[in-house]
Parts: sequence; structure tokens; C-alpha cells
Amino acid sequence: MTALQTRAEPPAATATTAPLSSYARDYLRRISGGELGALPALLGIVTLCVVFTIADPIFFSAANFANVLTQGAAVTVIAMGLIFVLLLGEIDLSAGFTSGVCAAVLATALANWGVPWYVAVLAALATGTLIGTVLGTLVAKIGIPSFVVTLAAFLAFQGVVLLLIEGGTIISITDPVIWAIANRNLPPWLGWLLYVVSVVLYAAVQLGRRRGRSRRGLARDPMSLILLRIGVLAVGAGAAVYVLNLDRGRAITIQGVPIVVPLIVLLLVLLTFVLRRTAYGLHLYAVGGNREAALRAGISVDRIRISAFMVCSTMAAVGGIIAGSRAASVDANTGGSNVLLYAVGAAVIGGTSLFGGKGRILDAVLGGAVVAIIDNGMGLLGLTSGVRFILTGSVLLLAAGVDALSRRRAAHVGLR
Amino acid sequence: MNGTDRQPLLELRGLYKSFGAVQVLHDVDFAIRAGEVTALVGDNGAGKSTLVKCISGIYGHDAGEIRFEGRPVTIHNPRDAAALGIEIVYQDLALCDNLDIVQNMFLGRERKRNVVLDDPTMEHMAAETLAGLAVRTVKSVRQQVSSLSGGQRQTVAIAKAVLWNSKVVILDEPTAALGVAQTAQVLELVRRLADKGLAVVLISHNMNDVFAVADRIAVLYLGRMVAQVKANDVTHAQVVELITAGRSGRAGEPGATENGNGSDRNGAEA
Repeated sequence: MTALQTRAEPPAATATTAPLSSYARDYLRRISGGELGALPALLGIVTLCVVFTIADPIFFSAANFANVLTQGAAVTVIAMGLIFVLLLGEIDLSAGFTSGVCAAVLATALANWGVPWYVAVLAALATGTLIGTVLGTLVAKIGIPSFVVTLAAFLAFQGVVLLLIEGGTIISITDPVIWAIANRNLPPWLGWLLYVVSVVLYAAVQLGRRRGRSRRGLARDPMSLILLRIGVLAVGAGAAVYVLNLDRGRAITIQGVPIVVPLIVLLLVLLTFVLRRTAYGLHLYAVGGNREAALRAGISVDRIRISAFMVCSTMAAVGGIIAGSRAASVDANTGGSNVLLYAVGAAVIGGTSLFGGKGRILDAVLGGAVVAIIDNGMGLLGLTSGVRFILTGSVLLLAAGVDALSRRRAAHVGLR
Repeated sequence: MNGTDRQPLLELRGLYKSFGAVQVLHDVDFAIRAGEVTALVGDNGAGKSTLVKCISGIYGHDAGEIRFEGRPVTIHNPRDAAALGIEIVYQDLALCDNLDIVQNMFLGRERKRNVVLDDPTMEHMAAETLAGLAVRTVKSVRQQVSSLSGGQRQTVAIAKAVLWNSKVVILDEPTAALGVAQTAQVLELVRRLADKGLAVVLISHNMNDVFAVADRIAVLYLGRMVAQVKANDVTHAQVVELITAGRSGRAGEPGATENGNGSDRNGAEA
């Protein structure tokens, strides 16, 4: 049996730079193997933009662009949190109403207790974390399926919102700082400054990592690929900042990047760092991929599961604050109706799997954009509520179908 | 090989383990030596898995002693076992399909700089370990485990066990799900581990595998260690007899087993 030895390449300890073309081939192979990544979301964004622009040119205006961004912000942020739970193969059906409860706490704190805005924000965030702790503990320690726990919470939190806002009333949010989050814009110079800082930081991280790897003789990405990434970011973000800095007001001057945009970018970077660069993030993927393996590796699976629900509910609180800010009020419907469905849809459309183990924070942003564009475009077209519900439901189903099919395809090709 | 004279690296003496009324391990003696492959064989339900779980600290034992490098040790949990340098490669591999080879090898024991994962160091160490085992079947250590074949997965699981300067590697049915060529690869790797000076325990049902790589064969029968013999001293048929009946014409006799522990008990059994 010593004679048997398959011939293949040695492990890539000393491999250096593969050419760009091999990366393109790899990417194509992954796609044909069912690893679609960001492709469906990007195609969706382009297709929807073309369709809606043809149907109504107003869709493709600077004013509407800013509108879509602020409309999609709350759902995107809630979706970011949901991804932590979805990575474990769990679900949080109560995330929408959790955002409602936290928004109600924020509004009550501001209006009834008269506390400064930052105390109110902290109270809202703490409420979210507490809710997540309770949900996660029920799931991980008691062993109730997350579907049931959060379905119960979905119903109960509707009641909590009603109690907090005392029946059917509306609590206005008059605090200028909170109101500014979803309604004010950065001055144009600040938009450009943040843009330059972001691009430079991104380039520094990319180039620094490449240098670190090549110093240790590890395989590294080709320089052309890194420059391509930096270029795409610089051009894309630059175009967005330019458009948002155009005057889009009718009677008065309205220009600048909406404040929610840097907030979302910040959360995107922060949470991506947590998932990709820390042991905690890795353990989330491990628990989602193979819980038994994670357990044997000494990972505290229960703690990971509870923490995922904590992150999810805390992010829902952030989403609630943004939603409250945008509406300048909180009522019984904040975080209700289709918010949760939109958030789950955003994550899944972006490429996060409902089966666990696969997902990125970027998915929430891309999928959130698709959902916001659909919502915005259908509003512009003046479709009736009935048609809008049916269309949105269909898109969600389509995304979940793509997820399931790509999983089957991957199993077929042997990637999963 | 002059293994008989060598001091056992890991030694169990008079180990008892029961689950409620069911006595699973009965006065088991078991010795493992560095540089040797010890095959642990026995029929289903003979207590192989329980024995391994006692060694790895997943189960406690009711009575008996575990000695490591000559000293008595207590192993309360898998971390204790890992601290001693005992690694177990389970039958169902315990790899995460959605992570790559490096991430799997370091899972739960990641190298960090402050809070950030030290990926370059881990990647380097993983590649070195695979190279040290002369593994040539893995193209890139950044490959997702989902894209690997059964033999490659087994290789990764074994490399993961070796990565931590372990002294004892216990393999639970490593070839059960593999084809002919991949089985040969894995067995070759098992042999190489022992040649590098590790103490290897190979649990297997397959007598061909056992005789291909094992220096010694330990046979469990209904929770008792009925024989611990040199592979050269027994035949296929005798081992099968030991597994199925708990004794064999020659191999079960006291004189035929090696010196030291185990022999008197075999006599009582026979």
C-alpha cells in the first residue's frame, strides 16, 4: 500500500500570485456550482432600475435616489442583525416588532421622561439587547425552536408597543438629533471628505494585507485584482456622493449625503469585521455549519446562539431608531406590517442562506437595496396595496427559491 | 521494532465504566506506546467507543487509573485530554463544511493578535503541518472543506489532530467511508504518524487495514480486554475469533500475549 500515491500539487505553502484570469475562472466555476454570491442581488438592482426608469423617469432622479437610501435604511439595518441569527440556521420573526418596541421606548423616553437623546438611544439599545438575551436563552437553554419563540414574541411585542404608546396614539419625535438621522444630510464637503477617507482606508487595508501575506510567502491576490476592487469602490462611491451632492430640492436647496448612509457604512464595516476577522465571527459560522463539530472544538455553542439573538435584537433597535427618526413619530404600526418580511427578504436576496452557515453583512445592504427599490418603484407607479403585497411576496419566494436551488446545485457539484 | 521494552505512553489500568445497570467496560487494561500503531478492535457494542470517550474525557470512569508518561492523570473533559497531547479523530470527522481547511484545523484554538484572527500565521502553520505529513492531495489550504473528497477530509481531520504537537492520536474508523485508493492514502498517513514518534490508536472493523498498519492489536470483547498482542504473532483468523468469541486457540492463552498487563486477565477469561 506504500506504492499508492496520488499525484497532485503540493499544498500552497509557497505559492505566490495567481494571475487575474485564474480568479475569473474560479469565480465562474463557483457560479456554475451554485455559489451565486452577490450576483442575483446586483442583477436585480440593475434590472429593477431599468424597468422602473422606463416606467417612470422620476425614478432615476437624484431626489429619488436619496429617497430610496433613507427608505431602505431601517430594513437594511434589521437585516444586518438577522444575518447573525440566520447564520446559525435560526430565525427571528420578532425582529420587526422588536424594532417597534425599541422605537416606542425611545419615543417615550424623549417625550414623557424628557431625557437627552443619547440616554433615550441607550435605553432603546439596551431594550433590544435585553429582548435578544431573553429570546436567545429560551432557544438555547430551554430548547424551544426559534421559530416558535420568536413567533410568540412577534405577537407579544405588538401588544407591548400598544401598551407603550397607550392605545392608538402617536408619539411624535421632536428631538432634533434623532430627527436628523434619517432626515438631514451631510454638508457636501463632509461627504467628499468621508469618501476620500473611506477609499484611502480601504486601499490601505487591502494593500497592507497583501504585503503581509507576501512577506510570509503565502498565496496572495494579484495586484490587478486589488486595484480593480479599489477602483470599483472609488468610482461607485464617488458617483453616489456626486449625485447626492447635487441640489435635489424644488423650492429650497437640498443636497448632501443622507446621514443614514455613513451610519450604514459604519455598521457594515464594523459587523463585517466581527464576522470575518474575529474568532467570535468564525465560531458563528462554525456553529451554523456543524454544531457538533463546534461543540467538540470546545466552542460554547449556547453562548454563541444567545449572543446571535442579542446582536439581532440590538440591531433591530437601531433599525427602530432609524424608522422612528424617518417618520418623526412612533405608532402602533412601527416595525409592523411588512418590515420583518422585507428584512428577511433583504438578507436572503443578498445571498444569505436560510439553512445557516452562509451569509455576509454586505448581503443585507445589497438585498436591502433591492427591497427598497421594489418598494419605492411600486409606490411611484401607484400600484394598489393588493398588487404590491403580491409582488413583494413573489420576490421573497423567488429569492428563497434561488437559495434552495443553489444549495441543491452545490450538493450536486460537490461543493456542499 | 523493539516496542515491548518501551514504557507505555498512555496506560489504562483496571478501568470500569457503567451506564446505570449496564457494565460497559469491565476491568480494562490498555497500553499505548509511542511510535506504534495500536489497533483497537472488537464487535459492535464491545466498548471501543466508550473506552475512547473515557480517554478523551467525554465520559468519566467509575474505577481504575489512567497513567500518562508513567504518572497517574485525571482527565475530566476534552480540554484536559488536549492539554496532555491526546487528540481524537472521530468517525464523523467533526469538520465544518462551510469553513476552509485552515479554519477547521484551528477551530476553537485560533491564533489571535489582540482580537483579530492571525490568519497568515495559521495558514502558514496549517500548510507546514500538511507538508510535514507529506500530504500532496490538497491543492490549497484555503479550500472550503465542502469541496474535498472523503479521503481529503480524513486527511484534514488527522492533520488537525497532529497540529497541536499531540503525542497520542486516536482514530475512530478512519477508513470506514473511503474507497480503495483513499483508504490506502489514509493508512499510509496513519503509519507515518507512528513513524514520526506519535502513539497512534486505530479503531477499525477492517482486518486488512489492521494488519496493514498495526504493530499491536488490542481486542475488546463485551467490555473486557481479551487480548493485547503483537500483530506479527497472530493471524487474521485468530483475531476474528477473539473478536467474535472472546478467545482463540493460541492467541488467548497467557503465554502468547505480551509481557505485562492484560495477560493474567486473558487467562481468567479463557
